[in-house]
Amino acid sequence: MIAYLCRRLFQSLLILLGISIITFALLYLLPADPVRQIAGRSATPATVESIRRQLGLDQPFLVQYGRYLWNLVQGDLGRSYIQRSEVSELIVARLPATLLLMVGAIVCELLIGLTMGLLAAVRRGSATDQSLMVASFVGVSAPQFVVGLLLLYVFAVRLNWFPIGGYGTFSHLILPSLTVGILGAGWYARMMRSSMIDVLRQDYIRTARAKGLARATVLIRHALPNAILPIVAMIGIDVGILMGGIVVVESVFGWPGIGQLVWQAIQRVDIPIIMGVTLVSAFAIVLGNLLADIVAPFIDPRIKLR
Amino acid sequence: MKRILTTTVAASALALMIGMASTNVQAEQLDPNAKPGGEIVITYKDDVATLDPAIGYDWQNWSMIKSLFDGLMDYEAGTTTLRPDMAESYEISPDGQTFTFKLRKGVKFHNGREMTAEDVKYSIERVVNPATQSPGQGFFGSIKGYEEAAAGKADGLSGITVVDPLTVKFELTRPDATFLHVMAINFSHVVPKEEVEKYGADFGKHPVGTGAFKLAEWTLGQRVVFEKNPDYWNTGLPYLNKITFEIGQEPIVALLRLQKGEIDVPGDGIPPAKFQEVMSDPAQKARVVEGGQLHTGYVTMNVNIPPFDNVKVRQAVNMAINKDRIVQLINNRAVPANQPLPPSMPGYAKDYKGYPYDAAKAKELLAEAGHADGFETDLYVMNTDPNPRIAQGIQQDLAAIGIKANIQALAQANVIAAGGEKEGAPMIWSGGMAWIADFPDPSNFYGPILGCGGAVPGGWNWSWYCNEDLDKKAAEADSIVDPAKADERYKMWSDIYVKIMEDAPWAPVFNEQRFTMKSPRMGGADNLYVDPVHIPVNYDHVYVNDVQ
Repeated sequence: MIAYLCRRLFQSLLILLGISIITFALLYLLPADPVRQIAGRSATPATVESIRRQLGLDQPFLVQYGRYLWNLVQGDLGRSYIQRSEVSELIVARLPATLLLMVGAIVCELLIGLTMGLLAAVRRGSATDQSLMVASFVGVSAPQFVVGLLLLYVFAVRLNWFPIGGYGTFSHLILPSLTVGILGAGWYARMMRSSMIDVLRQDYIRTARAKGLARATVLIRHALPNAILPIVAMIGIDVGILMGGIVVVESVFGWPGIGQLVWQAIQRVDIPIIMGVTLVSAFAIVLGNLLADIVAPFIDPRIKLR
Repeated sequence: MKRILTTTVAASALALMIGMASTNVQAEQLDPNAKPGGEIVITYKDDVATLDPAIGYDWQNWSMIKSLFDGLMDYEAGTTTLRPDMAESYEISPDGQTFTFKLRKGVKFHNGREMTAEDVKYSIERVVNPATQSPGQGFFGSIKGYEEAAAGKADGLSGITVVDPLTVKFELTRPDATFLHVMAINFSHVVPKEEVEKYGADFGKHPVGTGAFKLAEWTLGQRVVFEKNPDYWNTGLPYLNKITFEIGQEPIVALLRLQKGEIDVPGDGIPPAKFQEVMSDPAQKARVVEGGQLHTGYVTMNVNIPPFDNVKVRQAVNMAINKDRIVQLINNRAVPANQPLPPSMPGYAKDYKGYPYDAAKAKELLAEAGHADGFETDLYVMNTDPNPRIAQGIQQDLAAIGIKANIQALAQANVIAAGGEKEGAPMIWSGGMAWIADFPDPSNFYGPILGCGGAVPGGWNWSWYCNEDLDKKAAEADSIVDPAKADERYKMWSDIYVKIMEDAPWAPVFNEQRFTMKSPRMGGADNLYVDPVHIPVNYDHVYVNDVQ
C-alpha cells in the first residue's frame, strides 16, 4: 500500500511536470508577444527591447523555463501582463467560488443521476427506462452554454424564481450547479443503471426476495448500497469533467470562479493566467484521480492496490 | 488594438482656440437639472485590468481612471473641446516650444495631501521611465530629455521644470501642436509619489488620485465600487454618490438585467445578436443613445506585394467594394467611409467624394494594369464575428471584378504579426484591430498607420505605404502651434489624407457608430452617454432622476 502510494505520488509529480512544460511552451507557441502587449501599439523598438530585457524574455527557453519552475515551486505563478497583478492572487480570490460550484454540481449530479439510474434499472426495458436513458443522453450531449442560458431565461427571467446570474446567496448557486450537474447526471444515470442491474442479478437479492422482504426494502436496504459504492469512487475522477463545464457555466452565470478567469484570459490572450489556471486545474484533476484510487479499496474490498 | 480609447467629436472647433496669452477659466459647467445623490450599477464582462493611469490602456479602464484621476487638461463633458482642468491657465511661447501651466490652488489627493507641480513632474517622468513599462511612454517624445529618460540613462526629463509649487514648465524639442491633447490623456494624469511607492507594482489595484470619485471597494472578479470624493476641487461634481461596477456579466445577461431594471448601464453595449430586437422595440430603442466614434474600418493593400505595387490595382479595389452593403451586413451599426479620417475628426475632407462604387470602372483599371483576367490573393481577417462575414462581403465584391481573394481568418495576434511583416499580408481587413484615435486630432491617424515610421517590422502600417514627401508635410503641419492658425493646420492635414487616397494604399470601408443603452432613471444630456473620451458614459456628469 505504501509502495503503491509512493509510486502514484511520483507519477502524479511527473504528470504535473509534463503539464508545466506544455503550459510554459504556450508562451512560445502562441503568437501573442507579451512584450508587445505591455508596450502598447505606439511603442518604439527600443522600448520593446527594454521591456523584453526587464522581463527576462530575451533569455533562452531552458533558462526561462528553469526560472519559471523555480518560482512555481515557491508558489509563484508569475504576473499577468494585462491585469498587471499576481496570478496566484487572482486565482486564490476566485478559488472559493469554483469549489462551491463544484460541490453544488456534485450534489446535483448525484441526486439527479442516481435517482434516474435507479428508476431506469428498476423499470428496466419499460418506456420509463427508455425515456430516462434518452433524457440522460440529451443531458450529456447538450451544450452547457445553451442549457445555462435556457435555465436562466426560464427560471430567472420568466419565472423570477432565481436571480439572473451573480454570486453571494444560496439561490445564486442553484441554476449554475444544475447546469454543470446535468452533464454529470447523464453519466451517473447510465452508470447507476448498469451497476444496479448487475446487483439486482446477484443471488443474495434473489434470496432477500425469496424470504419475503418487501420490494422497496430489498431495493433500498440491500441493492442500493452495493450499487452506489463503485459510483461514489468515481467522484474523484469527475473533477476533470466538471472543470471543463465550469469554464462555460461560470461565464454564462457571471460566477466569479477560475473558469471565468481563464475564459477572459483566453479572449485577451493573457498567457500567465491561462498557464496558472491550467496548472491549478491539472493539479486538482491529478489529486482527484489519486484520491479516487486510494478510496476505491476502502469502498469496494474486491479492489486491491498494487 | 481593440482595447484602445475611442473618441468622438461633437464640437467642431477645437481647443487650440484658447488664446496664446494666459487665460482664466471656470470650473466645469454644472447641469441645472441634475440632482445630486443616488447610485448606479454598471456591468462588465471582463475584469478591470488596472486603475493605474500610467498603465491602463483599454476602453474599459480608460474612463474609470478619468474619474479617479485628473490631468492638467481635459475636455468639456460630452465633447472634444479642450479646457484646462487642474491647470488654472497656461501659456504657450511664440515659438511653440515652451508650455507653462499654472495649477489650481487647493487640489487634494484622496489621501488628503495637496497636489503640487512636483507631482505633475513626477507623474510624467514615471510614465517615461522604462521601469514603469508604460504603454504611454511614446506620447511624451517631444519633451526635452525624452531620449535619455526613455532609455533609462537619465533620472527625469530635463524639459520639465517646477517653477514654483503651482507652476510647471515644459520645454519641447520641436513645436508640437498636439501637446495640449497629450496633457489631457490618462498617461499624464497626476499620481501621488508616496502612494505609488507604498504599493509599488500594485498601485493599479490601490489607486489614489485627485478625481471626482475614489475607490471604495475592489473584490477581485466580482465588483469595483467608486464613491463620491467629498473634497473634489470641482465643487458640485460628481452628482452620483456611488457607482458599482459588477464584473463578469455576459452582455446578453446584462441586457436581460437591464430590461428588469436591475442595472443602469450595460458597459459592453448591446450584444450584436440582440441588436435588431432592441432597435425594433420602441420602448427599448428610446433608451439607446447613438453617437459617432473616431474609428475607421479599412482594407490595407501591401504596396510591396505585386500586384498591389500598382496604384491602378489599389484604386480598382477601392471602386469594387460596395460599402453600403457591408454596412448592412453589420445591421447598420456604421456609416460608409471614403477617406482615412472619420467624419467627426477635425481635418475631415468634407468635399472629397472618394472612389465611387463602380465595378465596370474597376475592371477597366485592372485591365490597364495588365490584369484583365484578374488575379488571386489573400485577404487576412481577425476570426471573430462580424469580421469573417465582412471579409466574405469584400471577397464577393472583389470576385465580381475578377480578383479571387482567399480569406485567411486568424487570431488577432496572428493578423497583426502578418501585417507587421514586409511581405506578410497582401490585404488585411482591419476590423477588430482598427485604429481608434487616442485623442481627437488628425495627426493621430497618420504616423503609425500611414507614415514611414510605421512601415517597419512589427509596425502598424500594414500597407507599408511610405511617402517621404507627405511625412515632411505632416511634420510641417504639426509645428503650427499657434491656435489662430488651427484651421490652416487642419487644411494641411485634409490635403495629406486626400493625397494618400490618390495613392490608395487603403480602401476605407466604414466608420463605426456607438450605441449606449441606459435605464430609464438615468439623467443627463445624451452626449454624456456617447462621450468621446468616456466609455460607456461620463461618470462624473451623469445623474439619476429618482433621488429625493
